[in-house]
This record gives sequence, structure tokens and C-alpha cells, in this order.
Amino acid sequence: MSETSTVQVAPRRPWVNRKDSLKDTVPAIVIAAVLAFLLVKFTGLAGPLGSYVAFAISFLIVSYLFGLRYDRVKATDKAMTTLVFAGFFTAFIPWMSILYTVFQRGASAIYWGYFTHDMAVTANDDELNLGGLSHAIVGSTIILLLASLIAIPFGIITAVYITEIKGKLSGLVRVMIQSMSGVPSIVAGLFVFAILVTGKGFSAVSGAVALSILMLPTVARTAEEVLKLVPDDLRTSAYALGATQTATTFKIVLPAARAGLITASMLGMARVAGETAPLIMTAFYSANFSTDISGHPLASLPMYIYQNFTNGTDLALSRAWGGATVLLGLIFILFTTARLAGGRAKR
Amino acid sequence: MDDATFKTENTMNSNDSTATQGGNPLDEGRVGTNGLQTKGVHVWFNKHHVLEDISLDFPANSVTGLIGPSGCGKSTFLRVLNRMHEFIPGAAMAGEVFLDGKEIYAPGVDVTAMRLKVGMVFQKPNPFPSMTIGQNVLAGLKLANIKVKDKDSLLEECLTRAGLWKEVKDRLKTSGGSLSGGQQQRLCIARALAVKPEVLLMDEPCSALDPASTLKVEETIVQLSSDMTVVIVTHNMQQAARVSDYCAFFLSDGGPGSVVEADRTSVIFSSPADTRTADYVQGRFG
Repeated sequence: MSETSTVQVAPRRPWVNRKDSLKDTVPAIVIAAVLAFLLVKFTGLAGPLGSYVAFAISFLIVSYLFGLRYDRVKATDKAMTTLVFAGFFTAFIPWMSILYTVFQRGASAIYWGYFTHDMAVTANDDELNLGGLSHAIVGSTIILLLASLIAIPFGIITAVYITEIKGKLSGLVRVMIQSMSGVPSIVAGLFVFAILVTGKGFSAVSGAVALSILMLPTVARTAEEVLKLVPDDLRTSAYALGATQTATTFKIVLPAARAGLITASMLGMARVAGETAPLIMTAFYSANFSTDISGHPLASLPMYIYQNFTNGTDLALSRAWGGATVLLGLIFILFTTARLAGGRAKR
Repeated sequence: MDDATFKTENTMNSNDSTATQGGNPLDEGRVGTNGLQTKGVHVWFNKHHVLEDISLDFPANSVTGLIGPSGCGKSTFLRVLNRMHEFIPGAAMAGEVFLDGKEIYAPGVDVTAMRLKVGMVFQKPNPFPSMTIGQNVLAGLKLANIKVKDKDSLLEECLTRAGLWKEVKDRLKTSGGSLSGGQQQRLCIARALAVKPEVLLMDEPCSALDPASTLKVEETIVQLSSDMTVVIVTHNMQQAARVSDYCAFFLSDGGPGSVVEADRTSVIFSSPADTRTADYVQGRFG
């Protein structure tokens, strides 16, 4: 067959109608913009938010009218597409706005030394080219890792109990976990303060315990949902191969759910990475770089932010924004790493 | 017969008996099989009586086909043979199942060790998604903590017996999910063979396969029966005629299913004793 075909066949994508949709979209945007301008000029709508709402509404109407050139179905389809896109974009605005504000205000505090110095010899309201938050980055990482070390295994074991073992207490455990996710973070902090901090002093360990209390329900609930998604076929065929329940759970079910379990752990870490209230009562804050996990207070990014915020001067506030930027960056790195690790498991 | 048949210390070739049943035994150290018998097996799901008084004898080193219309309890019966039906909530049973003369429902029986001897292939191919092709074949060993010296030759042997070796030998490290449906089913057969079962239960193993793959699986079944007891549920009359030595015809007339007739396959297909059997195998109903 191939020797007879002399005509070069170029790959096409007839289902992508790009030219046509551009021809439609550009005039639609222009007309909608004009309409929005008139709306802002002659109605009560005003300001950036008003303009945005006016544009969204006009674009919705214009895309419907453009669709009417074909038929009613096409018109509804176009209007719905616009509506969904507008909804997505509206939800996107606060997200972008937060990122933008944090980075913009935090930028002035960030310089190379920010990541290598601590605040041992620097006051919160010193010039921004002095001191840094290396102590807070390391402290946050330590506390978060310790909390994960406690909460992730226990969370996954809890989920295994509910979905795999299906013991008599499954229902009760599930309800307990659910109600645990409603525990206010400050209550968790107070609890740990009472049992681990009183008489012994602040420490990273007590901070990690407080965070793990908050983390556990998130990990357990998400892991439970993930394990439920593992097809029963896999369990059945493992049992048919002469596997015990332990072997089936640890060698088949958990590996099959690996990517989802990583997501569950990630969500748990994200839940507590920015917690401040429990840390005030447990790990507290120290301006010195330290990796000691017990016996001393240990710095963390949320506490660094809080500490600078309570100082209130302009320079300290800049430091707080800088800390927020670094905290977002840390969470971003955490997520990316976990995603990559989880994605690799699927290959 | 070894008293600890069901309590094998999870190692292969653990039976030191030299009694082998001639032919071409897979394992020289393995005890000769006496096949599988059931006596008066009943099954209930909650209050629903689904199987009534099934007494069948599955001779060693033969293929027995379980035939009959849908819903007559063939698959349920198959699951009774390796205690897989007990995972279904509300299931209950009566009667006895003997493997090598030992009751598999007796108290104190090690169920997992028993299932190592009675392998199963399901209707839908279900390779483990987190494992490669090679790992899938050896999954049973890993799950039961069985140590083998030469994994590579076992891998090749099982895949060859399942008729898949040539197709996958160059991509043993790719995921089992990358295979076609027919290949996946043969992978599942290879997986079941790796733990060297005495009995292989197959629940409509070809129903999701194309004719070419079906033919390959059927060839595999016939080859396996030289040293293994195979029980196969099938809706395909030609398949039953092609692969089985014995046939049992199941039927349910609204009530619990029961065996109408069980005999040599040649008898079932040429001169069955019951007219309902004749009607079914000739395609007049069901």
C-alpha cells in the first residue's frame, strides 16, 4: 500500500475550528467591550469590579446573539461556554490577587541573605538588608516533617481499618475522625500545651504533635476515599492467589493507591503548613537558627510572620510579607515534589 | 498423603514425598493429586437458596466444564471450590468439598494455603496495575512470601505455559495494563500458574476475548490438564466440547440451581440421558 501512495498526506485536525472561532471571538470581545463601556457610563456600575461584571454580562449576551446566527442550540452552547469560563475566571481572581499582593509586598524584604541569616542579632524593625529567616524555614520544615511522620502513618492506618479491615468500630472511627476535623486549631494547641508544654517548655516536638492532631483527620478521610476507589477485583484476585489480608493490603491495595495516598498526605500537610495559633502555644518562636527538636522553642514561618506583624513598624511588616512569600514558595515546592513523586508511581 | 497438606510451610516443593503421578509432573517433589470432590453442596445468599445438593467428582488431570444458562449458580459453585464465595456478605453453605481427600471447610484449615493449591482465573482480566508484567506473574509468590531460587526460569515457564512468552519476553518490565485484553487474561493465567496450583478454576476465562486469543487460551487449558485439574465455567458449547473431558450441566427452574447431568463430555454432547441436557447443548434453549 505504502509504495503506491505518492501523495503526501499532511496530518489535519478537522475538529479544531480555530480560524472560525477567532473570527467570531474577536468581534464578540470588541462589541462586548463597547457594551460594557456604555453600561458603566450610563448605569450604577462603576469601578474595576463594576467594569468586570458589565463586561461579563455583555459578553454573555453577545456570544448568545452570535450563536443565534446558526441556531438556538448553538447559541445556548456558546452562552454556556462563556458562563463557565466567566465562573472560572471569577474564581481565579482572588487567587491571582493574593499571589500578586504577597509577592509585590514581600519582594522588598527578600535578598540573598534573607535565606542564609537568622534574626539572632537583628531586630524586627532593622533595615531590610539585615537578618533573614533561615531559622524559620528550617524550623517550619522540621515541625512539618515531624507532624507528617506522626499523622501520615496513623492516618493511612486509620483508613485501612475503615476500608480494608472493616472492623466493628469502623463506623465509630469514621464519625470520630469526622468530628476531629472540626477541632479548632487553637484547641489542639491548648491541649498539647496542657500535656506536653506545661512544666517542660516549648519545643518543636510539641508543635509537631499539635499539628499532627489537625492533620490526621484530613489524611485519614482522604486516604479512605482513595482506598475505596481501588477496584475490588484486585483484592479478590490477590486472595485467590493465596494472599493473606495483610499481604493483600500492603502489597496490592496500598501500592495501587499510591498516587492518591501521596495526595492525601499532601492535603494534610497543606492543611497545617500555615497554622499559627497552635504553634504560639507549643513550638513558640526563637530568633536563633536551631535544629533542636526538644527543650527549646523553635521558629517557624507562620510564627515569623506573626512576630513581625505584631511589631507593627513598616520594616517589620515588610518582613512579614517576605515571610508570607517564602511560606507560599515552600508550600509550592512541597506540592511539586509530592506531585512528581506521585506521578512517577503511575509509570 | 501428607497430613499437613493445608498447612504447608509457605515454601515450594515442601512435600518430601516422592509419589508423583507419572506423566509430566510440573514439580517432581509434588504429591500426586486426587482431584477435587464435592458432597451435597448447598449455597445460600441470605435467605435465597441458590444451589442445591451438588455432588461432583473432578478427576485429577482432567478438564471439567460447568455449563448451563445464566443465573443457575455455576460461578457461585466455582467459588465454593476455593472458598472465594465467603467474601460475599450474606453467603452461607452446607456440604463438603474435598481436595486430595481433605475437607477444605474443616475447622483449622489454612485458607490461604488452600488457595495456593486451588488457583483461579476470573472472567475479567485483572492484572495488578502497580506491577510490571514480570512482577504480575510472580505476584503470588510475593504475596504468599514464597522464595524461589530461579525466578527468571519460573517466569519464562509460566508465561510459556500460558502462551504469552513470545509476545512479552522483550517487555517484561512494562506495565501489565499495557497489554491487550487477551494478553492480560493469559497474563492472569500465568500468574495463577506461578504458585503451582493443583487445581485451576476458570470462570468464563474467554468471555472477554477475541477468537484468536480464545483459541490460545483453550490450547493452554488442554496442555495444563496433563498435570492439573481444571474446572472451567463456560457459556460457549463449542468451547466446552473442545476443551473438557467431563461436563456438568447446571439448571435452575426458578428455584435453586442443581446438576441435571454430569458425565464424560462425549456423552453429554452425543447421548445425554436427560432431554433438558440435549435441548441445552443443541441450542434449543438457554
